[in-house]
Amino acid sequence: MKVTRKDFLRIAAGSVVAAGTGTLVHALSGSAPATAATVGESKQRWGMVIDLRQCRQQGECDQCIRACHQTHNVPEVPNPAHEVKWIWNEPFAKVFPFQQSEYTRQADGGTLPVLCNHCASPSCVRVCPTKATWKRGDGIVMMDYHRCIGCRYCMAACPYGSRSFNYVDPRPHLRQVNPEVPTRSAGVVEKCDFCTARLAKGELPACVEACPQGAMVFGDLNDESSPVRQLLAERYSVQRQPHLGCGPSIFYLV
Amino acid sequence: MFDLALTGGRRYWSWVVFLLLLMGVGLFFYLQQLQHGLGITGLSRDVSWGIYIAQFTFFVGVAASAVMVVLPYYLHDVRQFGRITILGELLAIAAVTMCMLFIFVDMGQPTRVLNVLLHPTLHSLMFWDMVSLSGYLLINATVAYVMLNAEYKGVPAPGWIKPVILLSIPWAISIHTVTAFLYNGLPGRHLWFTAILAPRFLASAFAAGPALLILLCLLLRRLTSFDAGREAIGKLGVVVAYAMAANIFFLLLELFTALYSQVPDHIHAFEYLFFGLEGEAGLAPLMWGSVVLGVIALVALLVPRLRRNEKILATAAVLVFVSLWLEKGMGMIVGGFVPSPLGAVTPYAPTLPEWAIVAGIWATGGLLITFFYKIVVAVRAAN
Repeated sequence: MKVTRKDFLRIAAGSVVAAGTGTLVHALSGSAPATAATVGESKQRWGMVIDLRQCRQQGECDQCIRACHQTHNVPEVPNPAHEVKWIWNEPFAKVFPFQQSEYTRQADGGTLPVLCNHCASPSCVRVCPTKATWKRGDGIVMMDYHRCIGCRYCMAACPYGSRSFNYVDPRPHLRQVNPEVPTRSAGVVEKCDFCTARLAKGELPACVEACPQGAMVFGDLNDESSPVRQLLAERYSVQRQPHLGCGPSIFYLV
Repeated sequence: MFDLALTGGRRYWSWVVFLLLLMGVGLFFYLQQLQHGLGITGLSRDVSWGIYIAQFTFFVGVAASAVMVVLPYYLHDVRQFGRITILGELLAIAAVTMCMLFIFVDMGQPTRVLNVLLHPTLHSLMFWDMVSLSGYLLINATVAYVMLNAEYKGVPAPGWIKPVILLSIPWAISIHTVTAFLYNGLPGRHLWFTAILAPRFLASAFAAGPALLILLCLLLRRLTSFDAGREAIGKLGVVVAYAMAANIFFLLLELFTALYSQVPDHIHAFEYLFFGLEGEAGLAPLMWGSVVLGVIALVALLVPRLRRNEKILATAAVLVFVSLWLEKGMGMIVGGFVPSPLGAVTPYAPTLPEWAIVAGIWATGGLLITFFYKIVVAVRAAN
């Protein structure tokens, strides 16, 4: 059979359409468990309570930050535009912009640690086009560095600025490498993972363990007897931007 | 039929070579970006989308605007547009191709881009954007090929193409609506968090796209044997006038809501765009430039005596295009990131490699349009 150029083009176009249809069918049939991933229910929901009174006791403290960034191979990129950070300090007025006026105490210019809020309804997970970021049944919002296409839609969607993009290769900017945690490549997004690997071993998150004041308390928000729930029952707490409806799992005692 | 693009004079080939050179320079810098990462752009942790995504947004509008010639001709029998519907559809093909390239160069891991198909995520608007853009490309490519081929062979177009053409009308609206949804469904991005973002996008698209089409028609008349006709060009001018008026009206609506309510988040977004925050006013010259050019153009377009003068119409078309390019192709997207969720005011300006890559993509669109319109002119000249 003689195949003319036109025939060849027709066959090629037909094959592309057929392949595309196959993928679409696959997508539609496989979509049910995918959407369930956003609101998977399990018994636990991990959360954190940060006692700002305790946190302030230490003044210019960055032990939680150093512990976290060493544990997770977070690079120290010199250019602030390309900075990668999982937990860091921000001034009170920036974190809670409308919580004070000129008549209230200016929170003595103090700073407080901010990190991923591991939201109950995470907008980053909603927008990700490849499910490279997803919510586990226990509430932890995870990242798959090998599936992420680097579109940074999650960074636009996160109302807390908790996500960092590797604008450059992070590996040259690591002082020492923790061999238990993978390093990342340029072109992917990363953020706090609540120390999933440590939790699996029955350990607390690195930041919680490192805090000299015990200001960070970690536990199960669904367990009424957990220390986090007890603190939330006893003291007045706030979340960042609760009106946006994301449902942060990080609470601050003020 | 495609071989018609390969016959041209010296001027034609010089233009093609010029565009190829620009594309080559863009490719060179893209390879640099591939090697070093997006760190060679002006993007940052706070301003994580820049000119690539902004230009994508602008050209989705140009693509959608084909509907402004297709709809009047096929639904309202506006015969003057009969000769130029094909120009609109071909412009849409070139613009959608540019959009796909702009998205592609923005990816941190471009080799993984097919993950969007491998792991289709129905709750992500980016998935639907891909569906609507590729569908629109397919529709317009089919329509343009079938219609032009029929004309080339001197036979009537097959009957089945009519429903496909009609489908392109709502589809055009959908591509720009989905593009607006990419932005206006995000909590905490106050500039974009407005239900009239899609109507604003459509209004600016229906002004900028037909403005470009006016200029292309005038260019074709000067350089080739093809004349769209005074009436068709005049009608396009009316379309641009209405769309531009709607666009400016929508902007005023946004400003009223923000300024009268005095809600700080909403004010800050516009304050940064037009006046700057914390001494950073990088976008203010662009935004004021956009407003001034837009208003001058609108006056020229609204006064029939001025609009009917083709020189003035051409000038107004240039002003409309530049005005909306500044607003939507830059300010609207970059402005959404300032102030950041933590109140940081981070300036952004594209770097040289970024501009070179953007220019390379414009050149690609320009080359497609050159080839497409060359074929149209040759087919029409032969008949």
